[in-house]
Amino acid sequence: MREFSKIRRFITHFYLWIGIAIIVFPIYFIFSASSHTSAEILSAPMPLNIGPHLLTNYKRALFEGTKNLGTPVFIMIKNSFIMAMGISIGKIVISLLAAFAIVFFDFPLRKFCFWSIFVTLMLPVEVRIMPTYKVISDLGMLNTYSGLIMPMIVSATAVFLFRQFFLTVPREIVEASQIDGSSPMQFFGRILVPMSRTPIAALFVIQFIYGWNQYLWPLLITTKQEYFTLLIGINRMMTGADVHIEWQIVMATTLLALIPPVIVVVLMQKQFIAGMTETEK
Amino acid sequence: MAKQYEIKAKWLPYFLVLPQMIIVFIFFFWPSAQAILQSFYLQDPFGGKTIFVGLSNYIALFTNPDSDYLYSFTISIVFALSITFLSMTVSLFLAVQAHKKIKFTTFYKTMLTWPYAVATLVAGVIWLFMFNPNVGVIAWILKHRFGIPWDYLLNFQHAFILLTLAASWKQLAYNFVFFMAGLQSVPETLVEAAIIDGASSIRRFWQIIFGLLAPTTFYLLVMNLVFGFFETFPIVHGITAGGPGKSTSILVYKVWRDGVVNLDLGGSSAQSVILMILVIGLTVLQFRFIERRITY
Repeated sequence: MREFSKIRRFITHFYLWIGIAIIVFPIYFIFSASSHTSAEILSAPMPLNIGPHLLTNYKRALFEGTKNLGTPVFIMIKNSFIMAMGISIGKIVISLLAAFAIVFFDFPLRKFCFWSIFVTLMLPVEVRIMPTYKVISDLGMLNTYSGLIMPMIVSATAVFLFRQFFLTVPREIVEASQIDGSSPMQFFGRILVPMSRTPIAALFVIQFIYGWNQYLWPLLITTKQEYFTLLIGINRMMTGADVHIEWQIVMATTLLALIPPVIVVVLMQKQFIAGMTETEK
Repeated sequence: MAKQYEIKAKWLPYFLVLPQMIIVFIFFFWPSAQAILQSFYLQDPFGGKTIFVGLSNYIALFTNPDSDYLYSFTISIVFALSITFLSMTVSLFLAVQAHKKIKFTTFYKTMLTWPYAVATLVAGVIWLFMFNPNVGVIAWILKHRFGIPWDYLLNFQHAFILLTLAASWKQLAYNFVFFMAGLQSVPETLVEAAIIDGASSIRRFWQIIFGLLAPTTFYLLVMNLVFGFFETFPIVHGITAGGPGKSTSILVYKVWRDGVVNLDLGGSSAQSVILMILVIGLTVLQFRFIERRITY
């Protein structure tokens, strides 16, 4: 065991507290701003205490929105939630199915399918913005939930993760289920999926955050306010002249956008770390 | 590769991969092919004529003085390198501290891990708010206490610093998690042996721990460059919108702006194709590294 002198231990704690301060202070600023009036924020320097308008501001954000964007934030929360859940569940379902096919069946196009999925790693939205937009618009999927979700649910990493996991399933289990006379889909539904709980949970955490935090894609395909996600809403609230930005509402909305994925990470920390260090490699 | 396929069925596997394959073709392969094709055409944005122009969209990117493509390329590289360096150094330092045998490590780890969940745009908005010349607390302090006339909307250096800080802040937690995992896999016995040999703590760190962390560091290096290059769009779009002027218009921002705002489909497609080549290069690099790790 390494021993530390008192002073060195103190210095270590001190450094870590600086690290925490770097992370927490910026968030405290926005929390503080969300508790003041517009006038108070504009009167530089802004007060740094917690003001008395916390509830009023959040209420206004949730049910009214800002003057320049009259969409209530609860609608955007609903949209972000639908998008995040759609992406994470969609990814898990279609990746489980594809990995099941690739690992447990031998069919002529197996390799081709595997490599097709693999190649998608190299084609993120950022590099094919305009043509993908055109496909979505040709299919009439602009301003729809399916347009927000569908192009995002292909995942090479998810297929790899499940493939890796399926390869460790003992052959005896497959054989036993076949001897018992269960069909391939019964084996999948009753044995394989329940066995995969751990990777499914890990993937869910990562993908929920990924879906919730999508920005470029909803920015491209949503023009109607009733389909804005939280992040798009925040950006729209900030467009226009500085004096017209209702900072207290923007900051309240920013905090509301931050809380759900943070709760998911904190509550599922174990699955999150596993998901991150295993799926991303 | 271990073999698993045991189940006999003729059509079932095709049904199973079908959903994934349909989406791959409609939303990945088809648009990518379109991007490649369009990059050779000059197109009227209102759906009129298209003329085959060969490589001239590409040539224009590099030779047309209005295109600023080379500048955008340079600034993207500098930006990605700055984020990578700043964020990885701070994260490694914090991870080494949190790995020491002290109290409250679980608390410290949680506190330094959760910001992974913060969206890139949210990170941008938070930093914009602190540094906004009209309302920002830090901007006020810089101006009134240090006499720096801070305005990232007018000053390129200020804009670049702000973007780098916001993006590096966003990456801290990601790097921290991986460095933490890397440090935990360093065998305790090796470090103890070094202590017995009388190696100082600084030497122990650089000669043993840092060496064993090399795979993690390399992986993070690639991932941070990818982040800086391709995933910082929300920060740039949210904070500077490429400004002042076009000075912070990084490649992903430019490809979006030229396509969506300026409706220059040919030019935007040519940029897409160049970005694709870059992503392919970085992915190959990453997989080479993973392969090597497996043979170790």
